[in-house]
Amino acid sequence: MRAALRALGDLSLTAGLVVLLFCAYLLWGTGSYTAAQQELLREELLVEAPPGGKPGDRRGRAAWPVRLGGAVALLAIPRLGDDYRYAIVEGVDQDRLRMGPGHYPGTAMPGKIGNFVLSGHRTTYAAPFNRIDELRRGDRILVDTRETRYTYRVTGKRVVEPTEIGVIAPVPDRPGHEPDRALITLSTCHPEYSAAQRLIVSGELEGREKHPVRPG
Amino acid sequence: MYGWIWRMLPGNLATRVFTTLVLVGLVAAVLWYVVFPWIEPRISFDLTTVGR
Repeated sequence: MRAALRALGDLSLTAGLVVLLFCAYLLWGTGSYTAAQQELLREELLVEAPPGGKPGDRRGRAAWPVRLGGAVALLAIPRLGDDYRYAIVEGVDQDRLRMGPGHYPGTAMPGKIGNFVLSGHRTTYAAPFNRIDELRRGDRILVDTRETRYTYRVTGKRVVEPTEIGVIAPVPDRPGHEPDRALITLSTCHPEYSAAQRLIVSGELEGREKHPVRPG
Repeated sequence: MYGWIWRMLPGNLATRVFTTLVLVGLVAAVLWYVVFPWIEPRISFDLTTVGR
């Protein structure tokens, strides 16, 4: 009897330690994978655009084809720190979001008319969107492609249900409407450690300037 | 349980401590590199996209 109780005690202690180790893994283990992937994505952005890539028209579609898992642009948000820089990966499925903030395929490319929609982890995999709740109206969101820096300004944020797919429409909440402005949308989970809802930060393009991608 | 494992370990105190560390390290490594990456996508938190 006493041996069984002792064994139970040992197992409980072990289970507790394993859970603690798992939390450490979620916070740090996943992040080190993302850091390695970010390096690869940044390198990809420094390479010339593939031959045959056509300059895009102003409306919506990619200036060059970006394959799933490829690097789209560099994201910088001054409000979140001078060293806040992430390479955006094309795709928002689990495998892609592990690499960094992802771009919803089918939504507009940086600087194009429509809605440039990004999604990012809030607590795991380097948690790139952990603090986007701190963004305020007017804050700058900088998106660097190989040739151009696009400056967006935050216009608002709100919490929505996970089923609210209207937020990714070219005109948010107006699916089917033709867009006439270049917008940006960031989505992440909300509250911080829950998947119950989504936090949405919206912004609008303010300007662009020729600005080659710099390393790091 | 751990008392039993400790008694089963061969060698003197130093050897047992060393073996324990190696075993703990092995278990931690299996958890960190195999088990945890398998579990992580299956627990649904940190879901960040809309739709479905």
